[in-house]
Amino acid sequence: MGQVVLKGINKFYESVHAVKDVNLQIRDKEFVVFVGPSGCGKTTTLRMIAGLEAISSGDISIDGNVINALAPMDRDIAMVFQNYALYPHMSVYDNMAFGLKMRKFERREIEKRVREAADILGIGELLKRKPRQLSGGQRQRVALGRAIVRHPRVFLFDEPLSNLDAKLRVQMRVELKKLHLRLGTTAIYVTHDQVEAMTLGDRVVVMKDGVVQQVGEPLELYNQPANKFVAGFIGSPAMNFATVTVTEADGSLIAENSGLRIKLPDEIAQRLRGHVGREVILGVRPEDLTVASSADLDHPCFDAVIEVVEQLGSEILLDMKVGESNMVASVEPTARVRVADKLRVAMRRSRLHVFDAQTEAAI
Amino acid sequence: MIEGAIWRKWVFFYVPMALFLLFLLFPFYWMVITSVGELYRPWNSINYNPFWTWKPTWDHVRYLFEETLFASWLWNTTFIALASTAISLVCGVFAGYALSRLNFPFAGSLGTGIFITYLVPQTLLFIPLAEIIRNYRLGDTPWSLILTYPTFLIPFCTWLMMGYFKAVPRELEECARIDGASRWQAMLYIVIPVAIPGILSAGIFAFTLSWNEFIYALVFLSSPAQKTVSVGVTSELIRGDVFFWGPLMAGALLGSIPVAIAYSFFVEHYVAGLTGSVKG
Ligand SMILES: Nc1ncnc2c1ncn2[C@@H]1O[C@H](COP(=O)(O)OP(=O)(O)OP(=O)(O)O)[C@@H](O)[C@H]1O
Ligand SMILES: [Mg+2]
Repeated sequence: MGQVVLKGINKFYESVHAVKDVNLQIRDKEFVVFVGPSGCGKTTTLRMIAGLEAISSGDISIDGNVINALAPMDRDIAMVFQNYALYPHMSVYDNMAFGLKMRKFERREIEKRVREAADILGIGELLKRKPRQLSGGQRQRVALGRAIVRHPRVFLFDEPLSNLDAKLRVQMRVELKKLHLRLGTTAIYVTHDQVEAMTLGDRVVVMKDGVVQQVGEPLELYNQPANKFVAGFIGSPAMNFATVTVTEADGSLIAENSGLRIKLPDEIAQRLRGHVGREVILGVRPEDLTVASSADLDHPCFDAVIEVVEQLGSEILLDMKVGESNMVASVEPTARVRVADKLRVAMRRSRLHVFDAQTEAAI
Repeated sequence: MIEGAIWRKWVFFYVPMALFLLFLLFPFYWMVITSVGELYRPWNSINYNPFWTWKPTWDHVRYLFEETLFASWLWNTTFIALASTAISLVCGVFAGYALSRLNFPFAGSLGTGIFITYLVPQTLLFIPLAEIIRNYRLGDTPWSLILTYPTFLIPFCTWLMMGYFKAVPRELEECARIDGASRWQAMLYIVIPVAIPGILSAGIFAFTLSWNEFIYALVFLSSPAQKTVSVGVTSELIRGDVFFWGPLMAGALLGSIPVAIAYSFFVEHYVAGLTGSVKG
């Protein structure tokens, strides 16, 4: 079992309010990812769960028992650190066995568990080496091995992949996912990389300035972001935003600014009835913009001038000037586009997002 | 290689290096020559050359061991240096750990305070210390030095170890504590083994400082049998204004050998300790 509940968690560092009233229920066997920009309090939250940082107020419980006052060693958790924190003077075997030795396991049991973990991670031949004789990826595996030999109730990961090069990171990401499916241990994972969050998490917690912005499954965050911050943070390239004024004409709603004038589709128009004459923020993802063709007549369209063309092979990113503002579109790799071209761009109308201009919450 | 690099290397590296070495090693050379050469007696040596000797002799060394208490001085010095180094290292390691890792009130100002005690010159401190030594009736025993040397060795070791412990990643210890070690075990099994190079450098420095110490040894010890090398050699081999140069230099030479051995033996760790290399 490994059910973790955070209830009204706060953390103050003298005057800094690093974590603000975090409430979260993590189910057994769930893989939960905390994601957010630097300094948003992810690590602090994780360290409070680990017991490395005192909780200023609130309760953390595992399987129904409040663990606020328990020492890290008594919480039955394992943590993987960003810099791996391998014990430099011990061999790989001893690194992995250390936790078991401290807990007074029998020699034979220790050996069995270390072998088992080494086999799962494919580091069987490295057991005699010292950490400094390992590559980054191998160190990463040893750090994982050290966590899994203990069969803890909860795994905690603090940006474990951020010291690896891009290719290895993708590979280890997949392995982590497999490992989780295989072991089924509850995992809490901290990252600032939204791709990691989307691919690894059963659920993702988006944080900003110590406040949880939204908790949800990856696609839920992508499709129904709760506010402008989540919308802009999840997805790459980031969502385009335009501040527009809502006006009414001929019974339908129009959103317009200096370079944009579009008729809002009915389903959004209904939600914006109360905002006529006011400003809202319109959001649309680059992948929901296309070069308009005759088939797109019932989608909202606007004119744009291409400033930069970025060929990625699988897609083309167009940096466009729309009136005063810029937008990015991700279009088919077959599109014939050149810098300075004037384009008519269509928005997939079911994929428009609107946010309140003041609160930035989704409408 | 760049044009002219070879002569450049000679001019900017080998020649200055050689001059530097010459400058540094000359006193030792002088010591060796004086301690194995015959004494300068103008009336029986016509072409006497102070920089070389044709008739090396063990006379001075023999004199040192047979006519003076040099062997006891050597033993006293070793015992005192080892004991005070051990005391200071233990205190320094624990204090350094506490100051760098435990967050207790006034940790910062305490660290500065300890450093300031290190700055008080011994030439002032020996006066009150002499009073204390007299009160506890420790005068003229090795304990007068074993207990006073830590007054400057502990601050020194503490500061060295503080810096070293700060360079040991915090995560190592945190990971150990999650792995099931108590704070004490984490320190014993993880932090201290990782800090061994630092501990060795602190130990060598402390050993050298106490081996070479002069003022306290001069003030607190009076009977010849209790003296240390540095005091014994200078006080027993300079009688009035007569300098027994041969034995004096032989004593100085023999007295510097243990330190030289300590340095070269640990030099690998010692250099590693100074550069503070902890690989994660
Ligand atoms: N020991 C500390 N003392 C004072 N303030 C701290 C301390 N640790 C963290 N903070 C502050 O708390 C806030 C959250 O820090 P935290 O390390 O949790 O951020 P993070 O989300 O993990 O960021 P990153 O992605 O850069 O690791 C930051 O504003 C940071 O400055
Ligand atoms: Mg962090």
